[in-house]
Amino acid sequence: MTLDAATTTLPASGTVRLAAESVSLAYDDRVVVRDLDLQLTDGSFTAIVGPNGCGKSTLLRALGRLLRPTEGRVLLDGRAIARTPTREVARVLGLLPQAPVAPEGLTVGDLVARGRHPHQSWLRQWSRDDEAAVAEALRWTDMADLAERPVDELSGGQRQRAWISMALAQGTDLLLLDEPTTYLDLSHQIDVLELVARLHAERGRTVVVVLHDLNLAARYAQRLVAMDDGALVASGTPEEVLTEQLLADVFDLEARIVPDPVAGTPMVVPVRRLR
Amino acid sequence: MSSTTEAVLRRQDPGGDRSDPGPDHHPVAGSRMTPGRGGLLRRRRTRLLGLLLLVGLVVVAATLSIAIGSRSIGLGTVWEALTDPGVPTEESVIVRELRVPRTVLGIMVGLALGIAGALAQGHTRNPLGDPGLLGVTAGASLGVVLAIYLLGVGTPAGYVWFAFAGALLGTVLVFTLGSAGRGGATPVTLALAGAALSALFYALVRAILVSDTDSLDAFRFWVVGALSGRGADVAWQVAPFIVVGLLLALVNAPALDLLGLGEDVARGLGQRVWLARLVGLASVTLLCGAATAACGPIAFVGLVVPHVVRAFTGPAHRWLIPCSGLLGAALLLVADVIGRVVVRPGELQVGIVLALIGAPFFIALIRRRRLAGP
Repeated sequence: MTLDAATTTLPASGTVRLAAESVSLAYDDRVVVRDLDLQLTDGSFTAIVGPNGCGKSTLLRALGRLLRPTEGRVLLDGRAIARTPTREVARVLGLLPQAPVAPEGLTVGDLVARGRHPHQSWLRQWSRDDEAAVAEALRWTDMADLAERPVDELSGGQRQRAWISMALAQGTDLLLLDEPTTYLDLSHQIDVLELVARLHAERGRTVVVVLHDLNLAARYAQRLVAMDDGALVASGTPEEVLTEQLLADVFDLEARIVPDPVAGTPMVVPVRRLR
Repeated sequence: MSSTTEAVLRRQDPGGDRSDPGPDHHPVAGSRMTPGRGGLLRRRRTRLLGLLLLVGLVVVAATLSIAIGSRSIGLGTVWEALTDPGVPTEESVIVRELRVPRTVLGIMVGLALGIAGALAQGHTRNPLGDPGLLGVTAGASLGVVLAIYLLGVGTPAGYVWFAFAGALLGTVLVFTLGSAGRGGATPVTLALAGAALSALFYALVRAILVSDTDSLDAFRFWVVGALSGRGADVAWQVAPFIVVGLLLALVNAPALDLLGLGEDVARGLGQRVWLARLVGLASVTLLCGAATAACGPIAFVGLVVPHVVRAFTGPAHRWLIPCSGLLGAALLLVADVIGRVVVRPGELQVGIVLALIGAPFFIALIRRRRLAGP
């Protein structure tokens, strides 16, 4: 797995899988996102970036049907997601919230097996397909040897791999990840993002990820979506979005943009905080 | 979070985790192709063994409960009373009319309390979760006090419906209040609503008891929690509710496994969270409401039993729920037998015995291992 394969920027063509149509989002009376439009095409890898509290996680929750928009709607494959049964959504769209916690004593294998829930019913319990999907997910994420270990006894990086393995076993085309690198040291951040990039490149998953680290976002995602104060302020390739002007406007940061010496993607070198 | 971090720190070896196969690792040929196969089988065997052991424990406890009482009856006489319906001696009447119904009731109530405890801990994601936390017990107490105070009801069979109505009122209010916030019914809002309403209900109970001595006299015998003095009629009254509650609990098991991963993950895996909460709460109300109605509030069974069971079932609810029920039944029967023996010829109520043995047991449990959350 070379770095180039993961970061090759394909033209963002193809059908729209997930879309936000003039979506407004609020917690009680506090409006977090206002009148936002966003389209995510099949096979794309998008990173949503923005300062703390800009509404990026909230947007991701709405895209994943966890939060109902106060106005507008979210479309999954052209169908209003709010009117699609939960289980049907769960067969197409998988999501991982920020820093999920597994019950103590739950083994990696059992966690990954729970990813098969949307494919089961009272009539159709655990099947050969499920068994195969779980084994495949464990092997693919390099967790097979740890399958019998409790999740809570793993290191942070391994734990995140276990959760991604669960999402992989779910077998969805779309995958939404809310800050999958939280609490991880840099090498484990790279490890997790490499895994996500492989999911995209080798398994053809459409990936949307909320990320704090702009340099990692630019390196791994094909498309960046920058948000500020509940609005979408820029969208495009990392080169198009990460400009010195945008950093000043959105992050209040004076910075230089230089090419990443390894991947060639734009890299932010902070100078100082503005204001 | 901190305990998890400690576990990680403890487990991490400096040479890299991957090289540490862990204590349970058996290098089986081909284990790479079917990961966890051997472990899964081993775990299933442990669980099955545990389940069988618990069934045996219930049988032993039931035998003791029929054989031992405040009046000594020889084992042979007990057997005769059970098998030979012909001779209605004083002893055979005691065995058949008192001990057998009491044992059956004990099994049902223990089963209900153990399962209700497992459900309550699962739904509140709180290892200290207890059916009482959800307002069921307080509601039942209020129902009984009102029945005594306003209507002059004076027998356990008469209390049942009022206790049940109170339990239902308690959970419905807790669920309604707990769902009122923006996130719907979450573990935190449910626990908070339960605590607040329990405090209110107990305040009302005390207000009535303080003002009315007759009610206090009747109530204090109900509130200690006992299996004695409840005939077969009480068992028959609550049995249907316990059966339905039990079935709902089993239906609720897969959903509880998903909810254990957090509500967002559960939703992401296609679980309708409100439905799972509703089924779970209905089950807790039926089980704990029926148990409380029959025997008065009995603490500790719902709290302690799931912890003990989790040690060998792990967090999988389809095992945790039935095993908690069985251990609950065995524990309640044994406590009841102890209560009949220790102050012969008198009796110590099962609620008191359970509190006496439950508290030190729970402390020992805390000291032995860190408590696994649901």
